[in-house]
Amino acid sequence: MLRAAVLARSFARGYATAASPHALVFLEHCKGKLDSSSLSALTAASQLGGRVSGLIVGAPGDLPAVLEQAKKVTGLDTVLHSASPQYSTPLPETVTPLFVKLLSTQSPFTHVVSAHSSSAKSILPRVAAKLDLPAVSDITSVQHDSSSNSTTFTRPIYAGNAISTVRASDSIPIKFFTVRSTAFSAATLGGAEAKIESVDPVHVPNPPTEHVSTSLTKSDRPDLGVASRVVSGGRALKNAETFKATLFPLADALGAAVGASRAAVDAGYADNSLQVGQTGKVVAPELYMAIGISGAIQHLAGMKDSKLIVAINKDPDAPIFQVADVGLVADLYEAVPEMVEKLK
Amino acid sequence: MNPFDEIAVEEAVRLRERLKDAVKSIKVVTIGPPKAVETLRTALAMGADSAIHVEIPEGAPSLEPLAVAKTLRELVARQKEGVDLVIMGKQAIDDDAGQTGQMLAGLMDWAQATFASKVDVDASAKVANVTREIDGGLEQLKCQLPAVVTTDLRLNEPRYASLPNIMKAKKKPIEKFTPADLGVDLAPRLQSLKVTEPPKRIGGGKVANVDELLAKLKEAGITPKRV
Repeated sequence: MLRAAVLARSFARGYATAASPHALVFLEHCKGKLDSSSLSALTAASQLGGRVSGLIVGAPGDLPAVLEQAKKVTGLDTVLHSASPQYSTPLPETVTPLFVKLLSTQSPFTHVVSAHSSSAKSILPRVAAKLDLPAVSDITSVQHDSSSNSTTFTRPIYAGNAISTVRASDSIPIKFFTVRSTAFSAATLGGAEAKIESVDPVHVPNPPTEHVSTSLTKSDRPDLGVASRVVSGGRALKNAETFKATLFPLADALGAAVGASRAAVDAGYADNSLQVGQTGKVVAPELYMAIGISGAIQHLAGMKDSKLIVAINKDPDAPIFQVADVGLVADLYEAVPEMVEKLK
Repeated sequence: MNPFDEIAVEEAVRLRERLKDAVKSIKVVTIGPPKAVETLRTALAMGADSAIHVEIPEGAPSLEPLAVAKTLRELVARQKEGVDLVIMGKQAIDDDAGQTGQMLAGLMDWAQATFASKVDVDASAKVANVTREIDGGLEQLKCQLPAVVTTDLRLNEPRYASLPNIMKAKKKPIEKFTPADLGVDLAPRLQSLKVTEPPKRIGGGKVANVDELLAKLKEAGITPKRV
């Protein structure tokens, strides 16, 4: 998903130089590693054509490992970090004051960027509103014009059935946006080391929200959000046991992540974190296999940018066949085991 | 009505069914042209007590989340009996922005719980225990009221209003405001340059059996890969 970075050079006029952008990218992390989606956000920020600084927050013990990795990321100028027990699970209520401090008057930042992750998209709009600024969600492309100090984005609307081109002009002093990670390749490691700068946390006395617990779906499989292959099941999979028994061997044979349609999740066959679609995850793997999925528009919104779409469905009229590169009209309970056998 | 907002209205009505008298009032709001009042009638028929219509002219430019949030903040401030909970959909299915709830919570400095799949309000403790859908699974939050909650798909399945309730809804009060009454400027801050169709995905390729399917995978360079 590599996009050519076009750096538009504007002539520096003698009497008016356009300020170069300086983006602040919120870098999320888990278990000592930067989230791939944050690295995609970094790539998008680099396409603005100016400086890029990263912001990492976390509990004191969590940061050293992440910083080791972050400082080596290509394109990062500076890594700001702030440690506090309040940041161990960053909540919008506890992290927003830190952002506001970093973005208040005299702030060098012209753009604030993050992945369109469930946590970052809960934080960024809150910060933007406190600064009386709009935000642009889930962008698929970005272009900054230094001479007019305006940034133009594209983003999907109507469940991806239309693309909106939106401009944040000079009238918006700090431009907030969240990035669709499938539209930008993850920034890589290597290259010069970024500066590291510590920032004092902003303590929030009596935050109104308390994080009680998190339960993540455990899996040895590749993560659905970044896997290059996905095997996804729909309502035809009968129940949770059948979903697992039928699809997991195929996913294993292909080294694929497992996904599910909304119907399958609603019916309890799979966890909500596996849902692919307009309001679930948007994926764009090399291979997307839709098994027993009819292909509702909202589902297509989450996978139609996949490189190769394969569909297996008993119903020859299922809409999924209209987007599938390889379609097999067959009973999945025969076709899938046959595939697993022949892939051995 | 935006499907996620339908879920929000339903949740409010269910909260009253669970908490009974602890829920003193359920008020619904919409910002839209004259015909938007129909959406309010639907919500009233589902069980809301009263409504507010912030009327904008037909053909006015689309509202941005920040403008909606500012309007809601103004309305919340005007509720004499106070507001403990604002519930709304996590996103509108036209612009898919998903920002309004967070912005409102930020403007009012309230607790926020987005993408709720379960909401449990302890009225006496004035706390909402919310389960949220996050990227890797679920998260539990404890929010002190007042709070803003945005609803995810699986929070509930909205009811169809019964005919008697639809009739009753016609008599429920709807307060009207203009943005000027509230002192809010709804002008867009971003410029919408164009709306285009995405490149069409041409599918329709068919194979007759599993062998052919596997041959296509091989052609595309996809070979078995043990996890």
